[in-house]
Amino acid sequence: MPDTQHTTVPGASEAPSTPRTGKISKRRIEHFVAPLEETPLQAVDSVREDSEPLGFWAESWRNLRRQPLFIVSSVLIVLVILVAAFPQWFTSVDPRSCPLEFARMGPQPGHPLGFTYQGCDIFARVIYGAQSSVVVGLFTTIGVVLIGGVMGALAGYYGGWLDAVLARLGDIFFALPLILGAIVIMQLPAFRESRSVWTVVMTLVIFGWPQVARITRGAVIEARNADYVTAARSLGLSKFGALVRHVLPNSLAPVIVVASISLGTYIVAEATLSFLGIGLPASVVSWGNDISSAQISVRNDPHILFWPALALSITVLSFIMLGDALRDALDPKSRKA
Amino acid sequence: METLTNTAPAAPATEERPLLDMRDVEITFQGSNGPVKAVRGANLTVMPGETVAIVGESGSGKSTMALAAMGLLAKNGKVTSGQILFDGRDLAQATEKEYQAVRGDQIGMVPQDPMSNLNPVWKIGFQVKETLRANGLGGKDIDGKVAEVLTEAGLPDAERRAKQYPHEFSGGMRQRALISIGLACRPRLLIADEPTSALDVTVQRQILDHLDGMTAELGTAVLFITHDLGLAAERAEKVVVMYKGQVVESGPALELLRNPQHPYTQRLIASAPSLSSRRLAGGTTGETVAADDNVIEVEHLTKVFKIRDKGFRKTEFTAVDDLSFAVKRGTTTAIVGESGSGKSTVAKMVLNLLEPTSGTIRFDGEDMGRLSEKELFRFRRRVQPIFQDPYGSLDPMYSIFRTIEQPLKVHGIGDAKSRQNRVRELLEQVSMPASTMHRFPNELSGGQRQRIAIARALALEPEVIICDEAVSALDVLVQAQVLNLLNELQENLGLTYLFITHDLAVVRQIADNVVVMQNGQLIESGTTDQIFAAPESAYTANLLDSIPGGQLLV
Repeated sequence: MPDTQHTTVPGASEAPSTPRTGKISKRRIEHFVAPLEETPLQAVDSVREDSEPLGFWAESWRNLRRQPLFIVSSVLIVLVILVAAFPQWFTSVDPRSCPLEFARMGPQPGHPLGFTYQGCDIFARVIYGAQSSVVVGLFTTIGVVLIGGVMGALAGYYGGWLDAVLARLGDIFFALPLILGAIVIMQLPAFRESRSVWTVVMTLVIFGWPQVARITRGAVIEARNADYVTAARSLGLSKFGALVRHVLPNSLAPVIVVASISLGTYIVAEATLSFLGIGLPASVVSWGNDISSAQISVRNDPHILFWPALALSITVLSFIMLGDALRDALDPKSRKA
Repeated sequence: METLTNTAPAAPATEERPLLDMRDVEITFQGSNGPVKAVRGANLTVMPGETVAIVGESGSGKSTMALAAMGLLAKNGKVTSGQILFDGRDLAQATEKEYQAVRGDQIGMVPQDPMSNLNPVWKIGFQVKETLRANGLGGKDIDGKVAEVLTEAGLPDAERRAKQYPHEFSGGMRQRALISIGLACRPRLLIADEPTSALDVTVQRQILDHLDGMTAELGTAVLFITHDLGLAAERAEKVVVMYKGQVVESGPALELLRNPQHPYTQRLIASAPSLSSRRLAGGTTGETVAADDNVIEVEHLTKVFKIRDKGFRKTEFTAVDDLSFAVKRGTTTAIVGESGSGKSTVAKMVLNLLEPTSGTIRFDGEDMGRLSEKELFRFRRRVQPIFQDPYGSLDPMYSIFRTIEQPLKVHGIGDAKSRQNRVRELLEQVSMPASTMHRFPNELSGGQRQRIAIARALALEPEVIICDEAVSALDVLVQAQVLNLLNELQENLGLTYLFITHDLAVVRQIADNVVVMQNGQLIESGTTDQIFAAPESAYTANLLDSIPGGQLLV
C-alpha cells in the first residue's frame, strides 16, 4: 500500500511555511520583450474553417492510399479475385480435360506452363484453383469475424461470469492445434460424407474464432471504459445501445487488421488440409489438391509443384501485406490527437 | 525593465559566465507534412545557482527547449541553428557520446510524470544505483550512498524504501525518488519538466519546498518548466514566457508578473486562476435564491467498494463516507478534494451511474434510488455530465453533428430537420461556428472539444450539469474561456452546476458554495467567500495555502 505523503523527514530541510513571496535575484536580470510583429497573437482557440473535414475512416483512407505496400497488395488482390470470379476470361482450356499423352510435358503453344502428371494443363488448373482458395479464405474470415466478434464483444463488454465462460471456451479451442483438430473433425461421419468447400470453411471457423474473439475482447474492454461511453449512457442510451453505437465501431480497427492477415493463413490452412487429403475432395480444382498430387513427381518435374505453390504464395502474401498496410493506417497510436 | 530589446541579451552585468546559454536556437521537426519549426530564435540564459522557469501553454515549445539542452530530442527533431552553450561549450551539434558525458553529473533531469518514469520491474534503490554507476560514482559503499541520496530527497526510512518497487510508492514519493535520481550525481543544472503537475497541490508544495531547499544547499541551477505562471513566479528568480515556439518575454519573476509588457503575458496573467481572487461576474449569488429551493439533496451518502484481496478474500473500501450536502437551484456548488477523496464517486452516484451503498440522493424532492427504468430515462434529461478529459469524452468515430444530435435522437425529440437546427443553435451557444458540424473530434483542440461536450450536455435542456474536473486538462487561456462560457450559460439558462475539482483556484472563480472532502468524508462546507476567507479546518487552510502564486499579487 502506498504510504501517505505527510511525513516529516529527519535531517532534511523543509522550507518554512511562511507566506511565499517569490524569489528576488541578486543579479540584474534583463526584462526582454519580443516585438509584437514577430509573434502576432492569435485569437484563443480559433477554429480552422478552411481545411477539409476528415473522419476516422476518411483519414485512414488518405493515409492508406499513399502507401506503396497497400497499392501493390490491393492490385494483386483485385487480380486474384477477378481470376477467382471469372476464370474463363483468363484461359479457354478446360482444367479437367487431362489427356494422358501430354503428361509431364513442358510448355507448349497455348499451354504456357506445361502439363501435370495426369496431363492436365497447369496454367488452367492454377487459374481455376484460385476460386476455391479465395472462397475458403473469404468465407472463413467472414465466419470467424462474425462468431469471434460477437463472442469477444459480449465477453469484453459485459464481463463477469459471461466473460469467464466465453474466455475459457475460447481457450479450449485455442489450445487445440488447428491441423490436429481439423483431422479429427473432417473424419467425423457427417463431414466425411459431404466434403466440400463449406465443410472446410466450417472446420476452419471452429478453430479460428477464438483468435478474433480475443482481439475484439481486448479492444472492447479498452473502449467500454472511455468517457464517451459513460457520456452516452448518461444521455439515456441503453447499455446494449452503447455497445452497438460506440464501443463496437471503436473496436473495429484491430479486428479488421487481424482478419485480413488471417485471411491469408486460412488459404494456407485449406491447402494444407487438401494436401493431407482431408480438405477439399479431389474432384475440386484447388491449389492445395494440385500441390498434393504434384509431390509424386517433385524430383523429376518440379515445375508441376512450382506453379500452384507460387500462386498460393503470392495470394497469401498479398493478403498479409494488405493487413500490414491496414495496421499502419488504422493504428490508433499513429492517429493525430 | 522598460527596454524593449529585440536582440540577444547583451553582456551580463556581472563577470559570471552563464551556466546554460541558449542563443537564437531553432529546432525543427520533420513531420509527415514537411518540416515544422517547434522553436524559433529562442534565447535563454541560466546563471549558476539560479532558478529559471519557462512558462507556456501546450505546444509552445517549452519542453522541446529543455530536451534540446539535454540532447534528448526525438529522432525527427534537430537543432537547426543557434548555439547551446553549456559552461561555455557548444552542445548544439554535440555527438551522443559527448552528451552522455554531460548528462547525469552535469545536467540532471526530473521528468514530468512520476507514474511512468520509474521502471516498474526494478527496485527504487537499483534505479538510483544505475544513475550513480553510469556516472562513475559507484565506489564501495554504494548502498549507503543510495540511502543518503534518497534521504536527501525527503524519503523517510530510505534503506527500507530502496528495496521497494515503484508501485509501493505514492505519487509524491515517486516524484521524490525521481528527484533523488536527478540530483544523485550533483549536477550543476537540474531540468525539471512539470515536476509536480500530476500531483495534488499540498504534495506539490511540499516537494517544491524541498527541491528549493536542496538546490539552494547544493548550489544547483534549476530550469523549471511549467504551464502555471503563478507557480513559476513563486519558485523562480527569472521567468521566460514562450508562445508558439518563441520567447515573447523574459525577466525577473515578480516584475514580469506585476508589469507584463507583451500582450500574451498580459493575457496569461489575466486568466491565471491562481492569481485572481474573485468569482466571475454575472453568476448568481447565494442570497438571490430562495433559501430552501434545493435541486439536489444528498443525505448520509455512503459507497463501499469491495476490493479483491489475495485469494478469495475481499476487503471493503469506503470511498464515500456518510456525506450530506445540498445544491441550491441556479447556483454552483463545488466539491473539492485531493485525489482519492471520493469526489468523483459522488459525481457518478449523483448521475445515477453508480448505486450508493446507503443513503439517499433526492433530485427535486424525488428519491432517485426508487426510480423505475422509465423514470430514470426521464431523469437523464434533467442531469447531464461534462467530463475531465476532452480527448476521451467524444467518440472519435462520430462527427460533431452526430455527437450533439445523439441525445436528441435517443430521446426522440423533433425530426431530422428540427434536430439540425437545434444543433446549429447549440453550437452557437458554445460559440463555435456552425461549420464545425461536419468535423470530427480529432480535428479540434482540447478547449473546442470541451465546448462540444458542453453543447451535447445542453442539448436536452437539463437543469443540472455535473462538471467532473471539466477544465483541469485545459491550458490556462482556454480554461478561462470555458469557465466564462459556463458562467454565461448559467446566467442565461439558469443552470445549476455541481463542480467536481481539485483546483481551489478554479473554485473561487466559479462556485457559490464549496464542499471540502477528504478520504470520503465531509471536512467542511459553506459559501465560497466564507471558506476562502476563514477556513475552519486545518485541512482546508492547508489546501488554500498551497495554491501556487496565491500570495504574490496581493
